[in-house]
Parts: sequence; C-alpha cells; structure tokens
Amino acid sequence: MANLRDIRRRIKSVKNTAQITRAMQLVAAAKMKKAQDQAVAGRDYANQLNQVLVNLKENVEEESHPLLQSREGNRELMLVVSTDKGLCGALNTNLFKKVRAESGTETHYVTVGRKLRTILGKMGKEMLADFEVKDPVPFSEARPISRFLTKQFLDGHYDKISIAFNNFVTVMNQEPTIIQLLPLSSEKVGEKQDYEGANLKATETDKAAALSKDYLFEPTPLQVLDTLLPLYINFQVYQTLVEARASEHSARMVAMKAATDNAKKFIKELTLEYNKARQAAITSELLEITTAMKAME
Amino acid sequence: MPLHLEIVTPEKKVFSDTVANVYLPGADGELGILPAHGALVTALAPGELRYEKDGTITSLAIGSGFAEVTQEKVNILTDMALGDAQIDETMAEEAMLRAEKQLLSMDHSVDAEEVAHLQALIAKSMAQLKLKRRPR
Repeated sequence: MANLRDIRRRIKSVKNTAQITRAMQLVAAAKMKKAQDQAVAGRDYANQLNQVLVNLKENVEEESHPLLQSREGNRELMLVVSTDKGLCGALNTNLFKKVRAESGTETHYVTVGRKLRTILGKMGKEMLADFEVKDPVPFSEARPISRFLTKQFLDGHYDKISIAFNNFVTVMNQEPTIIQLLPLSSEKVGEKQDYEGANLKATETDKAAALSKDYLFEPTPLQVLDTLLPLYINFQVYQTLVEARASEHSARMVAMKAATDNAKKFIKELTLEYNKARQAAITSELLEITTAMKAME
Repeated sequence: MPLHLEIVTPEKKVFSDTVANVYLPGADGELGILPAHGALVTALAPGELRYEKDGTITSLAIGSGFAEVTQEKVNILTDMALGDAQIDETMAEEAMLRAEKQLLSMDHSVDAEEVAHLQALIAKSMAQLKLKRRPR
C-alpha cells in the first residue's frame, strides 16, 4: 500500500506546482498587456519627436553638437537591461550570449536587472553602476540612467554608449538586440526605430513634408537641438526599458504556460498509474479472500 | 480654416481635437497661435497652455517640451500636461518645496545639469499651482 500513498503524495505536489505556475502565467499575461500598452502609448510621442528631429536636421549643421560627434577609440559603455527575476525561459541567457559576442576588450557595463548583473559580476567584468527600475516602468526612472550615460560620454570616459536589451517582437519571440545610443549618428537621428515604440521607418513623405515647410525655429535651431537631444536620449532609454519589460513578461508567460501544461500531463500519467496500482491492490485482495475461502472448503 | 491641436506626453496622448486658437508658453514668452500660422518649431517652458474651443477657454499646466506649428496643426510634445481637475495642489506644493530644498543644499558648481533639472521641476510645480490658484 505504501506505493499507493507515494503516488497520491506526488500527485498532490505536482498539482500544487501547477497551481503556482498557472498563477504566475496569469500575472505575467496581465503585466505583459500593461507593458505592451505602455509601449504603444509612447508611440505618438516617439513619432512626434522624430518628426521634429527630421525637420531640425535640415536646419542644423551636422556634427555641430557634442552628442552627435563620433570619436575614434573603442572604449564602450554598455547598458545591459535584464530581468530581476528568473523563470522566464532562456531570455537572460540569450541576451548574455549576445552581449558576450558583441563586447570588445574595452567594454564596461551598466546594468538594470539583477540576473545579468550577477553573471557579469561573476565574470569579473568592469561594472560602473546598477539601476533598479520599478514595474511598470515610470518615465521618471529613465532619466537618471540616461543622464548617467550621457555624462560618461560627454566627460570623455567612453567613446561609445550602447544598450543591450530583449526586443519584443511577438509574444513567442524576443530578440536580444544591441543598439547604439551615443554618439547619435546623424543618419540615425530622426530615423524611426523599428521596435514597438515606433515601428516605421521615416518615410519619404515625412522627409518631403519636412523639406517643403520652411520652419522657423525659436529661440534658435541650435538651442532647440540642445534641449531636444537629451529628451530624445531619455526617451530611447525609456523605450528600451519598456521593451525589455514586455519581453520579460511575455517570456515568463510562455515559460509558465509550458510548465503548467507539463504538470497537467504529469498529473494525468500519475493518475493512471495510481488507478492501476489501486486496481492491482483490489485484485490481489480479492485473490487473497478467494484463496482463503477455497482453503476453508 | 480649422486648427488641430494635439498634445502628447511619453505616457499617452492627452488631447487631440480641433480648436479655434492656442496660447503656448514658449521659451521666449507666450505665443498665440491662430489658424494659418507660419511653420514654426519652438521650445516650451513650463507654464500654462490655453486653447479655445466652442467659445470656452480651457487651461492646462504643461511641462517643458516642444511645439511644432504648421498652418493647420499644432503638435505639443511635453513631459507633463494636466488639466485643472488633475492637479493635486498639496502634492505640487510639496514637490516644489522638496526641489527647492535640494537646490539650496547642493553645490551649484558641481552639477549644472542637476541644477537645471531641479529648476525645471520647480517651474513645473509653479505652473500647476498658478493654474490651480488663479481666481475665477
């Protein structure tokens, strides 16, 4: 009979696990929806920002702003956006592989998210700072990060600033991506990014529209640029954080769904085994009784 | 000729409708925009934005940002846009006091950007308070 009880106990524990994974799946689904909505909500702003930048670009001399100047050298600072919690499939591993493949010898790191911070730390990489970001991502939390990165660049500590994050493609598919934040290459400024926030390229009509209008800039084009670029950088950082969040939640949802399905399958198998064992026990009991009766006759 | 006003913040689209006129708090002073205004891009300072629709004038407290004006459109891009009902007076006041205190306690020569940020915060809170406390 011990066997029966063992199986029963296992079924119970698997059921508990299934309940937990199912709850996590539902929570992740709700959070994913929120993060996706957030990314979509930022799209209008991103489009407008791009529009103004496209207009501005025609009126300002290139390389006239320190944030647009590219420098020689390989000193790179990389912002790695990973997750705080695990149980989200191969998300962090994939990102880590990408980061390792793309980093040079002179790459230093800034991290968001506990998972890759620990891994990079264990590898003995140079890490400058770590930021914690709440969920859902508030816009105000992107500012200290972008400010820190901009400062490192302007102070001349690094020649290039990039961001590594998981780009949200679909619920099933998250792509580890590395984008260059600084220097803002002059072709890229005003070009629409192809991730969730603004998934269109700057179309020809956009550019034509910008050219046809003769804009007046107040106070001056350069001053407008001066205030606009930090905003742009800030928004880019915000956008990647939101993307990474959407990726995290969708990856967790998928992973948890798989876990729940597996648990259910396992429960089915165990129940079958349990019933077989029960039947066998009954049969053997009956057998005992009949043999006893036979013996008494 | 209609004038279309659109106000967006990073978090959402706040307003999108046709209006009669718009007054913007530009970086160099207030700008009045009527339909068929010349094309213009301007930086905005935290302050009060007013627009008129169907004879009623509505005010919003907005943060710093940009306005793009074309003949038939005004696009506002800002980090804050609050109507009268959305402003929490005590919260705005607290935020302002906090920023002021921080501004006073820090060394201004070290971090010019932080100073600018705090000043912007104060200006934003002031814009909210001014709108809220205006006699009606």
